[in-house]
Amino acid sequence: MTIRQIKGVATAAPRAPRQTVLSWIFQARELSLIVVIVGLITVTTLTQPQYLFSEGGLRDLLRTPTLYIALAVGQAIVMITRNIDLSMGSILGLTAYFCGNLFHEAPFLPIPVVILLTLVFGAVLGSVNGFLVAFLKVPALVITLGTLYAYRGISVLWIGGNFIRPEWVPTEFKQFALANVFGVSNLLIVALIVVLIAGWFMTSRRTGRDLYAIGSNPDAAVLYGLRTKWLTLIPFVISGTLAGLAGVVYVSIYATGDSKVGLGFELQAVAAAVVGGVAVSGGVGRIWGVALGAFFLATLTTALPVLSIPSLWQQAIVGVLIVGAITLDRVFFLIRQNQARKELSA
Amino acid sequence: MTIETTYLRHDRPLWRRLLLRPEAILIAAILLIVVLSILGIPNYLRPNPGYTISTLLLNAAPILILLLPLTLIIATGEIDISVGSTLGLSSASFGLMFASGIPLPLAAILSVLIGGMVGAFNGFLVTVVGLPSLAVTIGTLALVRGIAVGMLGTTSVTSFPSDLTSFVRSTVPGTPVPWLIVVFAALAIVFGVLLHFTAFGRGVFAIGLSTETATFSGVNVGRTKFVLFVLSGLTAALVGVMFTLQYSNAIGSNGSGFELRAITAIVLGGVSIWGGTGTLLGAVVGGLFIATVNKSLQILGIGDDAIYVITGSALIISVVVGSIASVISTRRRATTSTA
Repeated sequence: MTIRQIKGVATAAPRAPRQTVLSWIFQARELSLIVVIVGLITVTTLTQPQYLFSEGGLRDLLRTPTLYIALAVGQAIVMITRNIDLSMGSILGLTAYFCGNLFHEAPFLPIPVVILLTLVFGAVLGSVNGFLVAFLKVPALVITLGTLYAYRGISVLWIGGNFIRPEWVPTEFKQFALANVFGVSNLLIVALIVVLIAGWFMTSRRTGRDLYAIGSNPDAAVLYGLRTKWLTLIPFVISGTLAGLAGVVYVSIYATGDSKVGLGFELQAVAAAVVGGVAVSGGVGRIWGVALGAFFLATLTTALPVLSIPSLWQQAIVGVLIVGAITLDRVFFLIRQNQARKELSA
Repeated sequence: MTIETTYLRHDRPLWRRLLLRPEAILIAAILLIVVLSILGIPNYLRPNPGYTISTLLLNAAPILILLLPLTLIIATGEIDISVGSTLGLSSASFGLMFASGIPLPLAAILSVLIGGMVGAFNGFLVTVVGLPSLAVTIGTLALVRGIAVGMLGTTSVTSFPSDLTSFVRSTVPGTPVPWLIVVFAALAIVFGVLLHFTAFGRGVFAIGLSTETATFSGVNVGRTKFVLFVLSGLTAALVGVMFTLQYSNAIGSNGSGFELRAITAIVLGGVSIWGGTGTLLGAVVGGLFIATVNKSLQILGIGDDAIYVITGSALIISVVVGSIASVISTRRRATTSTA
């Protein structure tokens, strides 16, 4: 909130009494997302009651978002520092097979160790991006576009025509994804933990605040004495780790997967982040807004076939969401800037 | 500073300056790969050298044409990663229009115009709304590809007149040069003159070096960028139509990943990803380099996936090398100016 004020209307200290509806919506991003999500679920359920009122329906509604939330939170943290990670979908694909393959080849390993190793693998893949961007000062877009294809190519070479077979995956692991605590899916709890830790880190930790600082003004951050190289590296390690977590979640939900797992998911992650209120120019965005953006996107994905919109159009909708969200943010920003100017001159 | 830089640059003899240009290094690398392939790959020149050259150039043509306007966009410090998707949309709409009975030339023109509209949309969001081109074109990358895939679904259009498709694949009689390369050459001259010999082109580099300076020097920054995005959209759509005829197949996924190949070629060719410096010749040589590598890998029987790994790594290595080189030269300049 503070950051948003500093960026938008730093000079208009007393809140203007005549707020437009538009600027209210802009500030209440999270609220409007909740309204949209509830509306979407209602409409879809009215079309086909099984969407919500069946055991599998509710379960899928509450556990699929975990995949999107993990990716979107990672992407958001990178975007807050004015970078981007286009390789997340490819890291998801690589880590998912890594996880499944580890279950297969090393059945003696306890499940938590497999999960941990997968997360570390994701972190390593992410730190390759981070190292190149931070220490060699190469634009993140170029590096991660390169690793998007390089990592995908590696997984195709590695996996080939093979795929994760359901019998590789331990039953306890699959059970964990199906089970719930007091009606809340285990996986949703995992997502909540991720959101809480990431939210706490970004709002209350020194490092988290520094990440906002280098995103809103990189030059000022250098002058202020922030260690910008490390601060640029850290988000990529986080996004790699969270893409690894998404890989683990993928295996736990679907218990299968070929070399195409996660194809195009980087765009979904960007969409969830910008819909959730992350500014493409860096320095702005709240983790729980992003989580709602991801939840919305996940709901939309499951709702489309029910609303008899072919899933082929899904990517077009992702595109509309990205373009729409960034354009609206920009328009609201310009309106607020104008207001602030008028108040100053008045 | 400027005086010292000029002095340093001309410190070395002309032949050394020419030899160290990215273009020269790339041409040497291309020759090296060709020589190594001739020596090391038994089938490289089968059935005849002309066939190898013409297939290499034919496969290279779409990327070579695609990178022409993209080079100008990167020279302004912007980026357009939606070109592959625009190619796909043009291909899909061309196929659909042709299948629904619209005369082929009209379908082609309309498809190219659709590409121009995508470019204008990108340009509008970047120049009028004031959004970063990276974010805008990530959005249109998804949106435009989504429309292409959504329109055609899992179907494809393949019923193009065979005399036309074989003409698009054919070479200029008596030479191994495909007609598509003639189209490329014509466009390359247009874009080369535009970038290197007109006020518009000097404006492009000026914007890449500093938008403020360019504005104060009288460059219409917004108009320049808008024109470039429209040109990029039109060109990508033109490639889409030619690509469709070349492979006689209109599907929504045509051209996916082409933005990677085009950007790799441009950066390999010494165009700065930050804008402001580079030559069109360099970008074109970069495109030829990638095509040469791909050709050798293909004949060796290495699939598309390995080629993606190599292209992705080449992109990363080329920007990393460029970045290290600039760090070294800055340090060298710093030491000379203090001395």
